[in-house]
Amino acid sequence: MNEPSPTSEARAPEAPEAHPPARPEPSRVVRLLFEGGIGRNMGLVAVLVLLAVVGVVTAPQTFPTASNLLTVLTSASIIGVLTVGVTFVIIGGGIDLSVGKVMALASVWATTVATQSFGALVMIFCALAVGVGAGLINGVLIAYGRIVPFIATLAMLISAQGLAELISGRRSQIVTDPVIAAIASTRILGIPLLVYIFAVVIAVGWVVLNRTTFGRRTFAIGGNPEAARLAGVDVRRHTVLLYVVSGLCCGIAAIMIASLTTTGSSTHGTLYELDAIAAVIIGGTLLTGGRGTLIGSILGVLVFTVITNLFVLNNLAIEVQNIAKGAIIVVAVLIQARARRSSTT
Amino acid sequence: MYGAGQRFYFPLVASLLTMRGIVKTFPGVRALDGVDLDVAAGEVHCLLGQNGAGKSTLIKVLAGAHRPDAGAITWDGDTVTFGSPHAADAAGIATIHQELDLVPGLSVAENVVLGHEPARLGFTRPRDAEKIARRLLTRLGHPEIPPRRELGDLSAAGQQIVSMARALARDARLIVMDEPSAVLDPEEVRNLFRVIRELTADGVAVVYISHRLEEIREIGDRVTVLKDGRTVARNLPARTTPTADVIRLMTGRSLEYVFPPSTGEVGEVVLEVDGLGRGTEFSGVSFTVRAGEVVGLAGLVGSGRSEILETVYGARRADAGEIRVRGRALPRGSVPAAVRAGLGLCPEERKTQALLLDEPVMRNVSLPALRRFARGGFLGGEAELADAGVVTAQLDVRPADPRRPARTLSGGNQQKVVLARWLLHGCTVLLLDEPTRGVDVGARSEIYALVRRLAGEGVAVVLVSSEVPEVLGLADRVLVVREGRIVHAGPAAELDEHRVLDLVMEGADMTADGRPTAGAGS
Repeated sequence: MNEPSPTSEARAPEAPEAHPPARPEPSRVVRLLFEGGIGRNMGLVAVLVLLAVVGVVTAPQTFPTASNLLTVLTSASIIGVLTVGVTFVIIGGGIDLSVGKVMALASVWATTVATQSFGALVMIFCALAVGVGAGLINGVLIAYGRIVPFIATLAMLISAQGLAELISGRRSQIVTDPVIAAIASTRILGIPLLVYIFAVVIAVGWVVLNRTTFGRRTFAIGGNPEAARLAGVDVRRHTVLLYVVSGLCCGIAAIMIASLTTTGSSTHGTLYELDAIAAVIIGGTLLTGGRGTLIGSILGVLVFTVITNLFVLNNLAIEVQNIAKGAIIVVAVLIQARARRSSTT
Repeated sequence: MYGAGQRFYFPLVASLLTMRGIVKTFPGVRALDGVDLDVAAGEVHCLLGQNGAGKSTLIKVLAGAHRPDAGAITWDGDTVTFGSPHAADAAGIATIHQELDLVPGLSVAENVVLGHEPARLGFTRPRDAEKIARRLLTRLGHPEIPPRRELGDLSAAGQQIVSMARALARDARLIVMDEPSAVLDPEEVRNLFRVIRELTADGVAVVYISHRLEEIREIGDRVTVLKDGRTVARNLPARTTPTADVIRLMTGRSLEYVFPPSTGEVGEVVLEVDGLGRGTEFSGVSFTVRAGEVVGLAGLVGSGRSEILETVYGARRADAGEIRVRGRALPRGSVPAAVRAGLGLCPEERKTQALLLDEPVMRNVSLPALRRFARGGFLGGEAELADAGVVTAQLDVRPADPRRPARTLSGGNQQKVVLARWLLHGCTVLLLDEPTRGVDVGARSEIYALVRRLAGEGVAVVLVSSEVPEVLGLADRVLVVREGRIVHAGPAAELDEHRVLDLVMEGADMTADGRPTAGAGS
């Protein structure tokens, strides 16, 4: 056994996310990065670098600037928060198709005239409660009602859309509350608050996934639910909690999008679920559950956002952009499948 | 070339299949390191070796699933490379895997002809397929299996029969059987042997893998022994080679089973099962287990023994009766409550019911005890790795690196990982379902010693096993289960193998799908 070197701290971690057979112990920082998924996702990092090179070449005036970088991060932040929740669900062996529309519903519910009259805190609480509530319903239907996750969350997508339209009367509700409106425009040290929120959600998500019993059990029930059940894990309760996590992320994203667009609308988040799932998949998480990394998902989101950014900067049509996205998904998954084959068997 | 039914006991006869110096390396593991194998037409060639000796890899090379790195294969006089499963299949090699490779959603007949569907102008001919299936099933002694039945509805043994019918449907010249008897009860094993004899009389060669030496004596012609990826003995006569020699070749040791003696000291009653029943699976099951006592459940596959164990553990919800641990009643159908009360289960199917195959050994071991390594839900200390290292070292799990994925371990070592889980968690009642299935001789003895040691430390053990000598050798008290009822309970010392078999079989209705339910469970 290769025990961590005695000079490292007593709580030096053992590779929980990427767990290849023992290898020589590199420095602690390198190890953290590796277990965080960078090592497993070298392919995606390479794609990002390639896209950056393309950006520098095709748009040398606009692409490599600080403001453009912040634009990319800001536009990645909302779908990124959704992706964190979806990553949990997929690693736990499920799928959540409802995230985009649950976010829309939460944004509508939080921005009705009645809700706004109670102020920013109630609006935030309302958005989070709607997200958690929708996740709870998803989770209970799946874990206790034994409905296939695909069906249950598809039904949630449709009904959340309907409810959001009903509440808003299909109109965009303007955010009048100054605090909520200010979230998107606030910058700290020149960086938008939305990017900070995104970073905090990633950090909390990473810690929960890799450093808690909750995260460990998520991998266990995704990898082999029967084995987890027979080892004493309460699989059904845990499944409910996974969808609640995803719902909570929808609530957070709802506040962010309401602030960024200064509206709550039933049209928010259309097809975001597909982008989020695609990001998780190209990030190396198995769609069948049990294996995956949060960092990979985030890199996946960044790849998509940078592509969009490049197309906008080069005045290319959105249609071409979607074709490129589809191609990227296929290529990334092919590369990863090859890499996995050569690293395992 | 050869007449039907001829037997070959000498290494120099021309072979149907010759493998020489086969090497197969995986990253970090040299799975095969120079294996030789000769199989003649019309013989039953037994492949022996402990888990991890390389039997499974060899079969996969033979079936075209792995390409060897070095070595030569001669098939029917020609040097060949089976580049794909299809190539091996086309040459006439069929494999009946341990994990059945059938499609549960298709009918029996569709499974039998899968990949070779009788068709005209691209349209399948289901009638013909059913005719073929019926003919082959009848030949296998199971005319009662309906070809139109969905395969998933059959018991494990029934599915095995279908798998054999599928091999026959391809007119295979060599059939590899990987532990075919593991899911069969004695009557079905006899049936299997009859079929094997018919096949070999027709000139078909059979490569037979089993851990049960007595079976090899009965059915085998020649034996090849593997150890650590090498052939250590080739073409030994199956009937006359002394058992001690075979065991020594496999292990370097000379004893088959060592059952450590029971101390006979038992404490107070720990587990009380009272009138337990569940649907048609079993009913009126009552027994008690004392601290330090090993109670064995003997019975056929499908008798309800595994179902009883899983119900006690809360993995199945009881319809009737009560389970008490140290006098406290357990809620029905709750595994977490059972684990909290001190129960632990090593389930029948290691890979599907117990292990997280892609996760490291450490995480497999710590799963039930996870809370202990967390502070406020946060993991991260070294205690988990250290403690997992201690218990796996105690059980001599090899390779001795708790960070290796469980998938890379051999069957015996995987079983030890499951045991280590409960050793680490600590339990007052340990439920063992077929703890030595697919486990090699060396690891068996270690598992027996561990069970005895735990009993000596005051753990109450309930053991389910298909192997009567194991139940008799290990248990203090034996309960015989037949058709969902306990038909006998008494000290192991008062029973012998014949008596137990009598009790187990008496009046048993033994059709492939007419039994209550499959032992393999849901």
